[in-house]
Amino acid sequence: MSTLTDPPNEGFRLSMLFNDTRYRSLTFQVIAAVVLALCIWYLGNNLIQNLRAAGLNISYSFLGNPSGYDINQRLVEYDNQSSHGRAALVGLLNTLLVAFLACITATVFGVIAGVLRLSNNWLVSKLMAVYVEIFRNIPVLIWIIIIFTIMTAVLPGPRAFRGDDATSSMLFDAFAFTNRGIYIPMPWFENGIFASASMNWLLVLIGFAGSWFAAHQINIWANNKQEATGVRPKTLSLILAAWLVPFLALMLIMGLTWEYPELKGFNFKGGIKIGGPLIALWFALSIYTGAFIAENVRAGIQAVSKGQTEAASALGLRPRRVMNLVVLPQALRVIIPPLISNFLNITKNSSLAIAVGYADITATLGGITLNQTGRAIECVLLLMLFYLTASLTISMVMNVYNASVKLKER
Amino acid sequence: MSDQTTNSIAFVADGTIPPSPPPAGETGPIKWLRENLFSNAVNSVLTILALLAIYMILAKTLPWILNGVWTTSSLAECREVLNGKVGACFSVLTERWNQLLYGFKYPVDQYWRPNLALVLLLVAIAPVLFFDLPRKLLAFTAVYPFLAFWLIWGGTILAPIVALLGFAAGAFVFQTYGKSSFAIGFFGAIAAAFAVWLIGGALIPDGASDNAMLQAVPSRDLGGFMLNLMLGVTCVSLSLPLGIALALGRQSDMPLIKWICVVFIEFVRGVPLITLLFVASVMLAYFFPPESTVDLFLRVVIMITMFSAAYIAEVIRGGLAALPKGQYEAADSLGLDYPQAMRLIILPQALKISIPGIVNVAVGLFKDTTLVSVISMFDLVGMIRGPILASTEWNGVYWELLGFAAALFFVVCYGISQYSQWLERRLATDHR
Repeated sequence: MSTLTDPPNEGFRLSMLFNDTRYRSLTFQVIAAVVLALCIWYLGNNLIQNLRAAGLNISYSFLGNPSGYDINQRLVEYDNQSSHGRAALVGLLNTLLVAFLACITATVFGVIAGVLRLSNNWLVSKLMAVYVEIFRNIPVLIWIIIIFTIMTAVLPGPRAFRGDDATSSMLFDAFAFTNRGIYIPMPWFENGIFASASMNWLLVLIGFAGSWFAAHQINIWANNKQEATGVRPKTLSLILAAWLVPFLALMLIMGLTWEYPELKGFNFKGGIKIGGPLIALWFALSIYTGAFIAENVRAGIQAVSKGQTEAASALGLRPRRVMNLVVLPQALRVIIPPLISNFLNITKNSSLAIAVGYADITATLGGITLNQTGRAIECVLLLMLFYLTASLTISMVMNVYNASVKLKER
Repeated sequence: MSDQTTNSIAFVADGTIPPSPPPAGETGPIKWLRENLFSNAVNSVLTILALLAIYMILAKTLPWILNGVWTTSSLAECREVLNGKVGACFSVLTERWNQLLYGFKYPVDQYWRPNLALVLLLVAIAPVLFFDLPRKLLAFTAVYPFLAFWLIWGGTILAPIVALLGFAAGAFVFQTYGKSSFAIGFFGAIAAAFAVWLIGGALIPDGASDNAMLQAVPSRDLGGFMLNLMLGVTCVSLSLPLGIALALGRQSDMPLIKWICVVFIEFVRGVPLITLLFVASVMLAYFFPPESTVDLFLRVVIMITMFSAAYIAEVIRGGLAALPKGQYEAADSLGLDYPQAMRLIILPQALKISIPGIVNVAVGLFKDTTLVSVISMFDLVGMIRGPILASTEWNGVYWELLGFAAALFFVVCYGISQYSQWLERRLATDHR
């Protein structure tokens, strides 16, 4: 019986670089490295020459200069004397705002449409199929423009609300739908505990967190009791109380009042104004991505085999608990990964704001600032950096959530 | 006697009772209605709500469509014809038909060229989409890109011929030497192609395009839905090989190559297409040699191709990962080297698994071609928002135009996704 030995040492030949598996991968990597270095050198060299020819340099100092343009929709203080950096920050927050809002509503639309598409009601399921197909197959840019057009061309101007022969009227005297945006009442506290409004709202948030904790504790207590005695105590009223009592108490103590929008002069004053571009973008992204999420939800629910439902029913679970304890946990495993990429798509598609004039970061930093300063390279690089960070953060957060719902394998 | 016995026992049936029809509520449309629309209270409410919604939509749109006016030359005239009635002014579509399809600068007497290119596209793409067609048609598919380039851009026919010859030389070198060593064949083919292009490019005389058979049309004159179609078809076909290469690179054992591919893919997938288009329109020019002018169409094609290649790479990586490890090991144990194993064993299966995903990316990419309107190229959306809505005749005709654009995209995208479903059923050789 012969034993395997190393091939005889023939000495190194040049052809071994390509034909010998021991050296081949090294050869290819060296070639790749050289090509990459050459490309970078060539592009960098061109860049330097072009910049020199145009008399430019790479510098980010323009971010400190006054921007000189106004932004209507903003979450932080800003005027046209603020810096370009501040304008970028306003845009950044606007991007996050519309992405956050659209993620929530798209999920709601998607879940409703996905569940209804599986309904045994023929008409409803066909209607949802039509919704999904129509919205998936038409570019989101066209949807954004269509909804923006509805906002600006169909809704009445503020002047239609004026005078005795007004052609339009406010809904419940509290909501005004105009072509400049939608005005809704603004809640505020008459005698807040803190001086600043945001601190008071933070207090309300803390109150909610406390309610959530209390409701959670009540559930645990009920579970323990059920395991010990076999009878589950009635918890509905307790949980309702845990949610409502602190909230109502806070509202009463701080004196919640609503500031209603009012027609003053040529425009509405007071209340919260949600600008037309924001609504168009928000709604368009929601229904467009909602169609995709609906398909994911449908696939997820269909992926749970019928035997699971039947087994749960055979154990005597009620339909609600079958859904909550058996179907949903398994369906979520299928739904979450594509949901992550849908959220990422919303964040990236929110950059289409530039088409309707919503001041997101693409419109401020990549639009007006870029055009005013001519700092194309710096602006585009910053823009890419922001979107990369946002994408990676969202996928990281959602992956943590995915890890918590996915199958625990031992 | 016997007669009496048979008749006297009254409780014995002497014949079968003919089957009676099911109760009225258990048959036909009524049963269907009961089961599918009104099975319980919630369902009944949903049905009524759905009917209400359908009625409201139809009540708004049907009169609008049916009263449509098709033959006026401006919005004012159209309103006069409608005389206060609700109705659409579809005449904007008939009057601006050419602008919507070809943009506003493409020479009018040359419209037959893009039309012919579109018809030939269908011929060229047919053998790729339907496997039953004779394989010899693929030869036309290989020639088509050069033919289409010549038809649409016009100018000298020498340029596409030199390009075609370069590819032919590369393919010839690969066929000859690729059998013995993939690497030599591969790099030799690239070298041969570049040699042909350099020599051929130098041989084309300077003024060749001036009096060419087809009038030369610069890229900036392209527009309308034609531009969307061109960008979509070009970028999808270019990004497919690039995506396969990136996916294989990401699976590679060579750390440097893997690292390059991972960084490229994750970077491109992390940024919106619109920033890449900004790169194309304002930044890419800085990276080309100072005196060169690369036109915007090419720059946009480069960026969109990179964008979709990254997404296709991820889809194909999913396909590669879905293959059982045994396939790789079987290929190895047959003594196949890496290119052979990939070409003969792995990729055919992995690509088959990835087809639905690739088609999804293709549909998404085609929809995303509308984004070029943001960097002031006049594609279908750009034409609508720019020249047509800004014109004095048609200022304010939103719904007809946007509805037309939506319908065009819907037809194409829905068609592609139906094809993908057909293909999936067709290729389902395993499982059942």
